[in-house]
Amino acid sequence: MNFTVIFHAGIATGTILLIAAIGEIFAERSGIQNLGIEGMMLLGAMAGFKIAYVTGNAWLGLLAAILAGGLLSLLHGLVTISFQADQTVSGLSLTFLGTGVALVLGEGLTGLTTATIPNLTVPLLSQVPYLGQIFFTDQNLLTYFGYLLIPIAWLFIFKTKPGLHLRAVGEKPDAADTLGVNVYRLRYLYTFVGGCFAGLAGAAISIAISPGWYSYLTTSGQGWIAVALVIFAQWNPTRAALGGYLFGMLRRLLLDLQGPAMLLGLKNPFFYDHNLVFFLQMAPYLLTIIALVWGSSAARRKRLGAPAALGEPYVRGERGL
Amino acid sequence: MGLRIDVQKRTEDYPKWLPAATSIGAVLLAFVFSGLILLSVGADPIRIYSFFWTASFGSWGAVSDVIVKATPLLLIGLACAFAFKMKLWNIGAEGQFYMGAFFASMVILLPMVDLQTTPKFLVLGLMMLMGMLGGALYGFIPGILRAKYNINEVITTLMLNYIAVFWNNYWIFGKYSDAGFQMTKMFPKIAWLPRLSDFAKQYKSFSGITLHVGVIFGLVAAVIVWLILYKSRWGYKITLIGDNPKAAKYAGLNITRNIVLVFMFSGALAGLAGMAEVTGVVHRLQERISTNYGFSGVIIAWLAKLNPFAVILVSVLFGALIVAGREIQPSGVSFLIQGIILFLVISSDVLLKYTIRVVRTNKDGEIVQPKATVVEEAK
Repeated sequence: MNFTVIFHAGIATGTILLIAAIGEIFAERSGIQNLGIEGMMLLGAMAGFKIAYVTGNAWLGLLAAILAGGLLSLLHGLVTISFQADQTVSGLSLTFLGTGVALVLGEGLTGLTTATIPNLTVPLLSQVPYLGQIFFTDQNLLTYFGYLLIPIAWLFIFKTKPGLHLRAVGEKPDAADTLGVNVYRLRYLYTFVGGCFAGLAGAAISIAISPGWYSYLTTSGQGWIAVALVIFAQWNPTRAALGGYLFGMLRRLLLDLQGPAMLLGLKNPFFYDHNLVFFLQMAPYLLTIIALVWGSSAARRKRLGAPAALGEPYVRGERGL
Repeated sequence: MGLRIDVQKRTEDYPKWLPAATSIGAVLLAFVFSGLILLSVGADPIRIYSFFWTASFGSWGAVSDVIVKATPLLLIGLACAFAFKMKLWNIGAEGQFYMGAFFASMVILLPMVDLQTTPKFLVLGLMMLMGMLGGALYGFIPGILRAKYNINEVITTLMLNYIAVFWNNYWIFGKYSDAGFQMTKMFPKIAWLPRLSDFAKQYKSFSGITLHVGVIFGLVAAVIVWLILYKSRWGYKITLIGDNPKAAKYAGLNITRNIVLVFMFSGALAGLAGMAEVTGVVHRLQERISTNYGFSGVIIAWLAKLNPFAVILVSVLFGALIVAGREIQPSGVSFLIQGIILFLVISSDVLLKYTIRVVRTNKDGEIVQPKATVVEEAK
């Protein structure tokens, strides 16, 4: 087991979670919980792959993925913001719908190869000992985009005026409305933003970081892990990034555990009894639950919580929260 | 002069027929929308739909297949409806189903009783209990996490779904594998739920009809769930907590305990579905005993507006979708239709809250009052 490799791979696959989770943070900060990330990601992955395959241009694929995720999320916006339907159920149906459309339109794409978003080694920075090898050597362009996204999202949410409006709409929509902020418009906007990021995260799988279309296995629950990550991160982009990267590393570590015959001087049980690998495959999902429990008890201690109006439809003129 | 859509909040209760009408309308519209999507990818929706019809209701054998498929959906739909009544989003029926199947199978695989001498009804009875226990225990986990730590149950139940599948795989690929295949040995006949085809000797027309007793579990469960929800004190508490948790708390209801109990009851129903599937259909523990029943159950419960008897009808519809969907390309079609149905159902709920009319407006954009008064003013 080579830890540089594990860190390197973890940063790469963690980027997928990071992008999706930051998108969801935008949506949830505005008060709209979108549990449809999995569906939007799968649709994005399919759209990106298909368009990249048809046009031979991965960047067009990326654009298509972003639009696909964004458009699907508008449906969630329509149903939850305008029709005031329950956000949980709407998010779930978004997952079904996205999965269904992706599977229907993605028929026959399995096994094909497409143009992909290229990898890049940054001159000079990649020469930094250890860190250079992990962060700046042969990483995908989208991984670098992830590095930039973290501080930008953080600054936007916590240090700018639009960011203040965003948080206000999610915490106290009636107060924000009184001050002339258009609650409905902002909620639509950030739901859309979240959808675009989810679509992008899907394309980050299918045409960038681990290219290919494997039907519903393409995302294999990562959208749900991203939702959990948002809660674990207490709606903070930097913590979401950290969690995403850690999770990515863990996935790689679990994969690498299966290889060697000896582990820390002991016989590697996973090498000798291959069925034990099922427990390794279980681990990410189990850890998500543990992270949630840990994250939410930490949040309670520090009195941090979900945006106060998360999940509550806003109706002008009715008593708010 | 012009037309405008006028949306008003309902001041009176909506008419009784409206919820059923919106559900039916949603299903019909879903087929229309899905047809449009199928057209856009070059498929022929009419042919696919007529195939749906013949594949699901074309013969007695097909109808029996549909009901066999509808059986786990019915139990899982009830499981979801029960939990949703308290606004507990149990998306984990899939996992509870697998755990129910696993626990029930343990009766045979360990074995827990002497399979040579124990009477059949005792073996099956024990399997039922174990199935429900497995599902209930697996429902306990998200229940207690939600009740004690306020952890979002949607995510925990989903994660537990994945975990249950891997857990199952561990046993069927390993210790209990039948000669290396990813399934256990076939259960002895003593662990098979009676099927209509068992009576083919007496009644010729029953030969090849796979309908099994599990469907009766489902129907009985529907009655029990209805009795609990609408005729018992517990059901009243559940509805109160679901509709207004604050009021329920002031009324002194123990919300923590009710969350755990409802989750366990819901899990037990899903676990029973798992038991019925391994004893009634596949007769062994194996991979992929569920084709996303857990998710279909969510949609079924919602489409049935959480009414246990409506769940029966809707699960037959979904059984048909799945039976026909198995043989249809592209493979995502039944998923697509289910997704659209759920979307339309929740969107249509707006009709229960608001009245929507098309009204005439005058040139200032004001709504023109209906006939009589207007005519008089003009004179």
